Amino acid sequence: MKVSRVLSYTTRHLYLYRRSLPRLMEVFYWPLLDLLVWGFISVYLSTYKGSLPDFVTFFVGALILWDILFRCQQGISVSFLEDMWSRNLLNVFVSPMSPVEYVLSLLLISLFKLFLASTVMILVAMAMYSFNIFQFGVLLVPLVANLIVMGWAVGIITTGIILRYGQEAEVLAWGIAFLFQPVSAVFYPVSVLPPSIRTIARYVPSSHVFEGMRHVIATGTFPTKELVWAAGLNMVYLGAAVVFFYLNFKGVKKKGLLVKVGE
Amino acid sequence: MSIPQSWLRPILTMAERVVEVRGLTKVFNGFKAVDGISFEVMKGEILGILGPNGAGKTTTMHMLLGLTTPTAGDIRILGMDLRRNREEILSRVNFSSSYVSLPYSLTVRENLTVFSRLYGVRGRRKKIAELLDVFGIEEIKNEPTRRLSSGQITRVSLAKSLLNDPEVLFLDEPTASLDPDMADRTRKLLKRFNRERALSILYTSHNMQEMEEMCDRIIFLDRGRIVASGGPAEIMAEFSGATLEEVFLKIARKDGGAG
Repeated sequence: MKVSRVLSYTTRHLYLYRRSLPRLMEVFYWPLLDLLVWGFISVYLSTYKGSLPDFVTFFVGALILWDILFRCQQGISVSFLEDMWSRNLLNVFVSPMSPVEYVLSLLLISLFKLFLASTVMILVAMAMYSFNIFQFGVLLVPLVANLIVMGWAVGIITTGIILRYGQEAEVLAWGIAFLFQPVSAVFYPVSVLPPSIRTIARYVPSSHVFEGMRHVIATGTFPTKELVWAAGLNMVYLGAAVVFFYLNFKGVKKKGLLVKVGE
Repeated sequence: MSIPQSWLRPILTMAERVVEVRGLTKVFNGFKAVDGISFEVMKGEILGILGPNGAGKTTTMHMLLGLTTPTAGDIRILGMDLRRNREEILSRVNFSSSYVSLPYSLTVRENLTVFSRLYGVRGRRKKIAELLDVFGIEEIKNEPTRRLSSGQITRVSLAKSLLNDPEVLFLDEPTASLDPDMADRTRKLLKRFNRERALSILYTSHNMQEMEEMCDRIIFLDRGRIVASGGPAEIMAEFSGATLEEVFLKIARKDGGAG
């Protein structure tokens, strides 16, 4: 593996965002709209004092964290789609760049997009709702890291499916993360879920991240158990995603489908 | 359009095999797209693959580029097994097709920069400047690819395919989208690269005149099998055709063939 090739291909996407205003806006547009809607709902609910939690912290914090997962997944899948749409995949796969290097370049570009979107969201949340995500302190690192890894795992799986089924599966690039949202318990505790869904949630890394976030808000103590669960599950998810992509890539080459996706 | 002297390489022995294919087979769901073909490409040779639609030309080329996994057979390129030496081989060959594009939102220069980095090209700027000049695309170097005509995209794609000074070039209908003037210029340019740098080229096209003009040797595929092989004149003599087109029609229409 050559790092220079990974970085080279990352610049291909950076060139894209440098020039394309619609693409750049897409990075900010939805997160900002989400933040505005959920932020105002939180502010409104906060006017009802009582035993309810701090809505702004719960909702806005959860939203910013959820967006990390979503952006990472989308950063990979949409960047892959960019190559598919521009009929450039064959040029990529006849170059010395390996599929692993290609996927790594997608991971890097997803971090770049995440950085842009998160910076804007964090600043807007501070300015409009006086919400400071850094109130989580050092805990923010494992929370964010776990969401990034889960976003990557889901993104790699999505890309593998698109590779196999081509344009028919494009919609997954935008929708698949939302499949995990109900069981991730982003805006509510896992305990409110029906027992069967609660069981599923136990095996979704992001549910432990959001439980961890709520734990620290409620108790101020480090949610070690939740984070260990999230990290362990993420290792399994990422491993499974890599194996899935590898097998899919192999299968696609065997069936001659790589050429069809690439042209 | 002139080729810089710095690119000229000593012409090595013409007997050197740069591509060796043995018993290459590809089966898709029980259908034999390529049926145990064997051939080779010598250093400095232009080998044309000819055949009607569905004959197995493109599948063969894609197997040679590692894009499709063969069902059976061996592929050796530059003396190395493709399965075991993919990275090394692909860094020394290149590909251009009129059916494959480059990222639309990137400028010509950005596209060439990205691919020159992928191929680890040394002296990138100089090489890109030379290719822009050779293909007459200097004036559009800062244009996004989406604004280019199909002919211009083809020339950029060909420039991309020469970034790494390939030893073997795979060309899939490279002049399909070019007007006759530009197609003629491109053929002459490729011929010069082939002659002056001993560049081996594997070429597919549906333009029979082009195949006659370009290729030292042709393999004719029909239903996945090689049905004729040799120089254009030899093939025309063997099938009693005045032109390759006549030969093509004879083979394609024989027994209700694929064409």
